[in-house]
Amino acid sequence: MLGLAPALLVTLLVLPVGAGLLMVLLPAFGYLPALGGDAVSLAPWRMLFGHPGLGRSVAVSYASGLVSTLLALAIVVLFLAASRGTWLDRGIRRLVSPLLAIPHAAVAFGLAFLIAPSGLLARWASPGLTGWDRPPDWLIVNDPLGLALMAGLVLKEVPFLLLMCLAALPQLRPEQRVTLARSLGYAPSIAWLKGVLPALYPLIRLPIYAVIAYATSVVDMAMILGPTLPPTLSVSILTWFNDPDLERRFMASAGAVLQLGVTLAALLTWWLGEQCIKRLGYHWVVNGVRRRGSLAITLGGRGLLGMTTLLVLSALAGLTVFSVAGFWRFPDSLPGTFTLDHWQRVLPSVTTPLINTLSVGLAATLIAAVLVVATLENAARHQLPPRAGQWLLYLPLIIPQVAFLFGLVVAAESLNLRPQWSLVMAAHLLFVVPYLYLSLCEAYRRLDPRWLQVAHSLGASPWRAFWQIRLPLLLAPLLTACAVSLALSIGQYLPTLLLGGGRVPTITTEAVAMASGGSRRLMAVLALLQALLPFIGFSLALLIPRLMWARRRNMRGVA
Amino acid sequence: MTTNPTLHIKQVQISLHSEPMLAIDRSIAPGEVLTVMGPSGSGKSTLLAYLAGFLSPTFKAQGQVFLGKMQLDTLPAEQRGLGLLFQDPLLFPHLSVAGNLRFALPRHARHKQSQIREALEQVGMADFETRDPATLSGGQQARVALMRLLLSTPRAVLLDEPFAKLDTALRQDMRTLVFSQLRDAGLPALLVTHDQADAEAAGGPIIELG
Repeated sequence: MLGLAPALLVTLLVLPVGAGLLMVLLPAFGYLPALGGDAVSLAPWRMLFGHPGLGRSVAVSYASGLVSTLLALAIVVLFLAASRGTWLDRGIRRLVSPLLAIPHAAVAFGLAFLIAPSGLLARWASPGLTGWDRPPDWLIVNDPLGLALMAGLVLKEVPFLLLMCLAALPQLRPEQRVTLARSLGYAPSIAWLKGVLPALYPLIRLPIYAVIAYATSVVDMAMILGPTLPPTLSVSILTWFNDPDLERRFMASAGAVLQLGVTLAALLTWWLGEQCIKRLGYHWVVNGVRRRGSLAITLGGRGLLGMTTLLVLSALAGLTVFSVAGFWRFPDSLPGTFTLDHWQRVLPSVTTPLINTLSVGLAATLIAAVLVVATLENAARHQLPPRAGQWLLYLPLIIPQVAFLFGLVVAAESLNLRPQWSLVMAAHLLFVVPYLYLSLCEAYRRLDPRWLQVAHSLGASPWRAFWQIRLPLLLAPLLTACAVSLALSIGQYLPTLLLGGGRVPTITTEAVAMASGGSRRLMAVLALLQALLPFIGFSLALLIPRLMWARRRNMRGVA
Repeated sequence: MTTNPTLHIKQVQISLHSEPMLAIDRSIAPGEVLTVMGPSGSGKSTLLAYLAGFLSPTFKAQGQVFLGKMQLDTLPAEQRGLGLLFQDPLLFPHLSVAGNLRFALPRHARHKQSQIREALEQVGMADFETRDPATLSGGQQARVALMRLLLSTPRAVLLDEPFAKLDTALRQDMRTLVFSQLRDAGLPALLVTHDQADAEAAGGPIIELG
């Protein structure tokens, strides 16, 4: 039974991705009998390349993915180099982690409200600094270069990359390395960059690739912050796919294949950059320079991460103010009146989306948790080394959602599966399982094997040892992993939209649907609701172990 | 007290990547402590892992282990009836002191409550049932770990440097307590250590590895 879990897990991830890719590739070359495409042709490609603005869409997708990842990584690396474990550094770290829980769409709305010409920043600076008494006629959000989109992506990528680094760091014993380098006369931040970073990078490489893949193909954030004429490639594909003209479905498939190419090109670019830096970086590491630049790093690292955190917090505060704003004249920095009208208008209408959001999220998390724990338990019982096939788990994270989800819809249609709740849940599983696996496998690996050995030597069977020893000892990390997984499911836009066929609305799909010209205040309410749900999950994940182990000192802070 | 069977380690050879690591062929009578000494890396812990049933698949082992007439090396760890005592007491941190002892008692044992109480009284810790193990001193934790081992009614005991982390004053007391309890229970025991004083206190035969 347990032995089947690993195979089941991999099949569950690889099969849908494979089927989805296939069902995108075939129509991209004109073959899809269900839609009347019987012959292989290049017509979809001709139509795609004849589409005005395609080059620009591709360029924005490619550039926003690479630039945002580079910026986010630089911020994280500089902060870690500057960080000395003072209370300030720990405080910033602690603030950053919950930011990861806020869904992309909510961050995007918050940022939009902050930087828009009539947004909070302009209001705070006006008229005193700017002299504006009406909002300037500038295109800041949805700018054609995708700068707002890149800023939004950076805000979401920084907490993710920071947490990935913090998880990988302990095994490198960074303090020892820094102390040693300092005894050779290196400034602390230079010591970190030269002595720790080269060992850290290989450990966070896959998460970085996942970030690049995500950023080049993101849909919900691009709809809110990205350029509109033309939009990013991923958003264009979505529009074509939903077009009633069936010819456009073939073109959308060709577009999805192109998206795969764009993402791969971005990954390849990054990889080439890695090779260059490896060559050049080696000389820098051993060139003997011990102090130059350390002050800039120390100030820059803390400043940039602090600013990122502050931006996200202000964005959330902005959402809150907008959600209760009554009459609000520009450039007043606060609304003239406050009202709960918007909440009262939105809340009754979101009961179904709320139930869908939670039921899909909880079901996907539960199934994923059982599968992942079964796989890890199987490996632990047979003392299996980490499998070579582990990278398959990253497949749904590295391959852009846009590239295979459309094909998955087509595949489901050809099996006569109508868009429905269970399909949405299954699609969420694809993205929830890898993260759950990644966060739990570390906890499993770290648990001292002697706990289980003692239990067995006292006569406990494998299952009794699992239920009474391993599960309680891993309760805190398990709950945290489940909270991450729930947050991830809550934030999913494209899988929910496509496999639910619009019939399984969630808070996220409702919020993003408002992006094109809804009321700003109603948007704020929905975005806040979307941001609030994951927080409930994380609070429970923190609270339950604390209550359960209130009288067990060594169980606190085990996670 | 019923007499316990003898532990037979029959021509056991353990190798890593087809390089022989250690070989041993001994019997341990009930109440006897066999001490295995050797520098770190000589395979002492590997031997214990093999006997207890936790040997990593990277090692290859030959030979047989019998407890009386029962062959052990083919059984899963939890059915071997071999109790383990590590350097650390390893009291389960999510269970109370009594919870740790209760976990060790066989499922259908009778009078669990009074067995637990008596075990704690024996080591002078009568009022400690509801305590969080994290609030106990090192010596108290070691004593609870010993009683937990005995309550699980093992038929032989494996000791992995059980006194190494105790401070000097406590170490002598614990040696006396552990070895007298094992002798009273009439259990064959295998002690792995690099401390000559442990071996002397055990008072049994000594073999050197490595």
